[in-house]
Amino acid sequence: MVAINSGNLAEKKTLSKRIRDSFSQVPLLAWFCGFLVAVLLERFVGDPLTELLGLPKIPALFGAVTVLKKPLLIPGTLAFLLVIYILPIIIVPRLCAPVLNRLAGWLFNVSPAVSVAIHLGLLYGILHLWADISGYRLLTLKLTLIAVIVTLSLNVINGYMGEFSCSHPGFLALGAYTASIFTLLFFVDDKVFGSALLPKFLGPFLFPVALILGGLVAAIGAIAIAVPSFRTRGDYLAIISLAFMFIIKSIIENLEFVRGPRGLSSQPNYVDLPTVFIWTVAAVWIINNFVRSTTGKALNAVRDDEMAADAMTVDTRRTKIVAFLFAAFWAGVAGGLFAHVLRYVNPSTFGIQKLAEVLAMVYFGGLNSVYGSIVGAVSLSLLGEALRPLEIFKWIIIPLLLILVMIYRPTGLIAFKEFNVMNLIRPKEKT
Amino acid sequence: MTYFFQNLINALQWGSFYALIALGYSMVYGVLMLFNFAHGDIFMVGAYIGFGVATGLVSLASMGALALPNWLILVLTILISMFLTSFVGMIVERVGYRPLREAPRASAAITGLMIGIILETGNLAILGARRVSFPALIQSTTYDLGGVFVTNKKIMIVVVSIALMYALHLFVRKTRWGMAMRAMAFDYVVVPLLGVPINNIARMTFAIGSALAAVAGILFGVAYPVLDPYMGIIFGWKAFVAAILGGRGSILGACLAGFLLGFIEIFVAMIFPSTLRDFIAYSIILLILTFRPHGFFGEPYSARLRL
Repeated sequence: MVAINSGNLAEKKTLSKRIRDSFSQVPLLAWFCGFLVAVLLERFVGDPLTELLGLPKIPALFGAVTVLKKPLLIPGTLAFLLVIYILPIIIVPRLCAPVLNRLAGWLFNVSPAVSVAIHLGLLYGILHLWADISGYRLLTLKLTLIAVIVTLSLNVINGYMGEFSCSHPGFLALGAYTASIFTLLFFVDDKVFGSALLPKFLGPFLFPVALILGGLVAAIGAIAIAVPSFRTRGDYLAIISLAFMFIIKSIIENLEFVRGPRGLSSQPNYVDLPTVFIWTVAAVWIINNFVRSTTGKALNAVRDDEMAADAMTVDTRRTKIVAFLFAAFWAGVAGGLFAHVLRYVNPSTFGIQKLAEVLAMVYFGGLNSVYGSIVGAVSLSLLGEALRPLEIFKWIIIPLLLILVMIYRPTGLIAFKEFNVMNLIRPKEKT
Repeated sequence: MTYFFQNLINALQWGSFYALIALGYSMVYGVLMLFNFAHGDIFMVGAYIGFGVATGLVSLASMGALALPNWLILVLTILISMFLTSFVGMIVERVGYRPLREAPRASAAITGLMIGIILETGNLAILGARRVSFPALIQSTTYDLGGVFVTNKKIMIVVVSIALMYALHLFVRKTRWGMAMRAMAFDYVVVPLLGVPINNIARMTFAIGSALAAVAGILFGVAYPVLDPYMGIIFGWKAFVAAILGGRGSILGACLAGFLLGFIEIFVAMIFPSTLRDFIAYSIILLILTFRPHGFFGEPYSARLRL
């Protein structure tokens, strides 16, 4: 009996191992090519194919919406997905792997920076072509990229430093309002702030200044939490940060010059896909370098044992304040982007609901991991959009999923994993 | 001066809701060192169960099936809802907290939050997006005490909550189960080794906390007879703040802080415009925690804290 079981197990292992082996030599470049082929196919063959399969239009988010609304269209949608996405993404990388491995190796030897730039260019191309199909996709993609920044910045505090900070909606609000006030004051004629103070064509060029200002204001706000964190940890810090969040929301609701609870609207339309993409890449790159730096390792030391870290010459106060300011800065930048994507902010956006959403992304994706944050933010954002037709049952399915993840992987899907760009872009050939 | 006393009465009533809910947070914290973030929504579920039971009993009484005076219906409603809601608490413990006892504490916080969302949405899905109104079980009578108007409802609410707090205090201090709870709060690791059944104690703690939250829900329904599925969020978070402010795991602290929070909110609204209520209330809490980082009765950061 035992022998038979172990025999089966071994057989299974070889099968899954064979599949894994055949794909283990596929470099990232080839995967990107697969995706590129898929989105190009969708762009050029998508429309005739939808007509052929009897679908009303190209499925916006991989068909989830169509399938949930009209179950009769399931076979057509599945066929569409198979032809457009699944087959190219499986076949193209496998076929191109040898060629692209050589190319990736050559690029890597010439200059890793060039290789990274080419990878990013490909990634942007894929996203651009994918989002070009509909405005809904574009909006979802922008919000998803912003969610990546927010999740990463919260992971610095909650994952790498091990605090339970609830203040992120507050930082987002500070960034969103600061950036909005900046652009509305200088580049827009509106009723709240009067006519534009600077010529409007300068707007897109000075927009990064608005975002950075938003980030800086959020970072200044973070001092209010960083200073109490010297004396207290855990639950008390959670309360302090929660109180901070409520205080920020309440202040904004009472400030008449930003129109109180009615919120600010008609922000200029500066945030197109390249802007969000560049800021997201910058955030991932800088945050990844930060958590791999000496300060980043000091964060882990503070999390695991503050007293021991102190004894081993880690300046815990400096570490904490740097982490809070850094995370708040990126949250502020994300807030500024968020305000300009939606072109409307009001204080009630930045409440408990937002907090639950961001915390869910961090803990779903994985603590202490850049991969995890990206996966958590992307999957929960897309899932939230894809399950929209289920209406309120969406808010039963997503929480259930999170509970299951917490029970079986308490630190999240991909926790404690280093994000190494050099390993990613390296050719995957066995030598 | 009468204005002051009038608001004092209101603050006592408002604070007793917070105190009753905060007790649930505090007890669970004492035993498991975890916060039950679904507790605010258990309060909401308790209020709805109370609504269902009260409506059922009232309709039975009106059909003549059982001849009960209204006060007896209220007492029965409270008892039955306490019993039923305690099961909700036990289910939350079984599903969301027992599998995660050894996990990082933040993970349990996430499951708690998510169970809360499921409870809200489930309620919304079952009952639909309309507010229900709690049946009026007590005829409101107003007494005039030298210019201060006191309704019998307010007296009842304050008296019932303080009586329950005292009963809980007696339970924790005088019974074997209470002793087990205190022992667990004293040392989470060794006490189970000495034969105290941790699963039973945890389940019981959740059950008692949820029963108290159900009472708070019914009392809230008596005072403000409109219920909606999201009413647990604000109350839950504020009671959580009160539980922390009282010092983690301290029952007396949770009661006092609950009342304090009620006083702060009512008196801030009395002096300042009511839109500033949250701002000033949370600023005061921030100040208190800056000077007393461990709350009123909490112990300082210790090695046995699981972080």
